[in-house]
Amino acid sequence: MESKSTLTMRLGLAIIALLGTMAAVSLLYVPYDVNEMNIAGRLQSPGALHWFGTDNFGRDIFSRVMEASKTAFLVGAVAVTIGLVAGFIIGATAGYLGGWTDEVLMRMIDALLAFPGILLALILVTVFEPNLFQTMIAIGVLSVPNFARVIRSGFFQYKEAEFVVAARGLGASHATVILRHVMPHIVSPIIVAASLSFSTAILVEAALSYLGLGVQPPDPSWGRMLSESQSYIGKAPWFALAPGVFIALTVLGFNLLGDGLRDLRDKKT
Amino acid sequence: MPLLTDWVKKAIEPEPSSQQRNCRLPEAGERDEDELLAVRNLSVNVKSSSRPVIEGIDLTVGRGEIVGIVGESGCGKSVLSLSIMGLLPSALKLGGGELRLNGQSLHQASQRQIRSMRGKHMSMIFQDPMTSLNPTLTIGEQLTESLRLHLKLGGREARERAVLWLRRTGLPRPEAILSSYPHQLSGGMRQRVMIAIALCCEPELLIADEPTTALDVTIQAQILDVLFRIREEEQTSILFISHDLGVIAELCDRVAVMYAGQIVEQGTVEELFESPQHPYTIGLMKSIPKPEKKGMRLYAIPGTVPSLHDRGEGCRFQSRCAHAAAICLDAMPALEHRGGSHAVRCFLASGERREMDV
Ligand SMILES: Nc1ncnc2c1ncn2[C@@H]1O[C@H](COP(=O)(O)OP(=O)(O)OP(=O)(O)O)[C@@H](O)[C@H]1O
Ligand SMILES: [Mg+2]
Repeated sequence: MESKSTLTMRLGLAIIALLGTMAAVSLLYVPYDVNEMNIAGRLQSPGALHWFGTDNFGRDIFSRVMEASKTAFLVGAVAVTIGLVAGFIIGATAGYLGGWTDEVLMRMIDALLAFPGILLALILVTVFEPNLFQTMIAIGVLSVPNFARVIRSGFFQYKEAEFVVAARGLGASHATVILRHVMPHIVSPIIVAASLSFSTAILVEAALSYLGLGVQPPDPSWGRMLSESQSYIGKAPWFALAPGVFIALTVLGFNLLGDGLRDLRDKKT
Repeated sequence: MPLLTDWVKKAIEPEPSSQQRNCRLPEAGERDEDELLAVRNLSVNVKSSSRPVIEGIDLTVGRGEIVGIVGESGCGKSVLSLSIMGLLPSALKLGGGELRLNGQSLHQASQRQIRSMRGKHMSMIFQDPMTSLNPTLTIGEQLTESLRLHLKLGGREARERAVLWLRRTGLPRPEAILSSYPHQLSGGMRQRVMIAIALCCEPELLIADEPTTALDVTIQAQILDVLFRIREEEQTSILFISHDLGVIAELCDRVAVMYAGQIVEQGTVEELFESPQHPYTIGLMKSIPKPEKKGMRLYAIPGTVPSLHDRGEGCRFQSRCAHAAAICLDAMPALEHRGGSHAVRCFLASGERREMDV
């Protein structure tokens, strides 16, 4: 069993590392200009020149998938950061203070959670003008409840632990207690939450872009590429396959990592 | 038991010591020069139901004095010590009464003021050395935390002082211990580390909540020795909590016996061990194992401590007391002086009971 969760985690990490490297490389180099059209060479099947073929405008799909992976990771990172910071503030306040502060904050979080996520993101994005920045904020807001809950329950578990009371007994300030004595114990559930939120973020970004609300043309995004490929699904299946596989792989990678970490942690306790 | 012979010896040849000066119970409001900690009519309630967990607690700890608190599990010893430190769990809150350290009211002090006193003027060590150290920080990090905070020491000075205190508690190779994590140390070593952490800023008051309960007898004796020595050297006052009367007799100058949230008897160790008056104290003493009674069944006080909900109008001990009379069921006896610093909460000892009987 031990080896199975370790294996799961390693596999997840390997997939993420591969995709992460691809995203990093795309910052410096992509084989073709992602927006360079070539009407003569449209819908070419995969080959030595165009590994994943070309799209309906003759653009290189491999380059576009690479470029889009950068966007996906950016959205994931920004969204997770927003979720983590806001979730920490809300969760730590609720968990540390308890009482009615906790009641009020957690009811708010429940309300946010009760709302269908994608619908909320749609509203947030359409209220403001649809672009990448709004998308990242909307997705970040969606991941707040997850972090807030994990952090809050960690505080409930540890704030009256004997070593925390002992630290307070030596005059430790609230900040010291929170950051030095409680937070280090919640790091691993937070990492689990972060990796699951990351995969959700990428999925939601793809969905929003698919609906035309996330990344705006001509910039590439896996979701947009999927929606553009729809009319050519019979003629050029590789067009849909590439972004689809990449979305699936990324989500799989982060989920494997998260699950593996969680199993390892559960086993330890 | 050697501990018992000790107090007998002490009782036979009384030596003029710090105890003599403190053996009087000051009246409410009065302030004694030698008084370090004063607890007056203190109660602590459960927040949700307002039921008192401890009530009417009167206790004084003089400078350089070691005061013991004994009582069965659940009688409120930890709640009392946590309330002094301002560290009550969130389910409990201070009720009425007064708490003073060095003449300064802890009741009226702000959270910030109390926090600045913790570690510097009063410290606490806990029952279980396995859980009272942070597993994610090294011993050095935990030891220097309060040195930096209270004494504003820099990295090197703090380290040197930490090493000094680890050595004072009898730990070998203190430099190596500084960089180890709690799980690498044994229970006895951890408790020494806890003592070093609690005392390194030289607080006037140390509250030790059953510091040796989780340790074996040899280590227990060594830890007690460390505490005793530090009291001699630093004049640290110690509030020592235990359920072991033998340990109390060995270490303490004065002792308070707690039962179901109240003090039922208090006095100097001599007074209490020579002439225990409350049936609960007598029962506790009878249940100390003695070598000459080897082979016989250990005495145990019948029954159990009444829970918070089962405390009636009358004496709390009444349901377990062999001498309980009608008045014991109806009225709560007061803690009355019995000469010297001896005070007892019992009708049996106070004479009222005798009137009722005839
Ligand atoms: N967090 C809490 N919430 C509610 N009630 C509590 C809490 N802590 C303690 N109590 C109440 O206070 C009573 C006294 O507890 P306390 O821990 O002070 O006992 P103790 O004398 O220290 O016992 P022990 O010898 O086992 O340490 C308990 O019986 C319980 O009813
Ligand atoms: Mg206790």
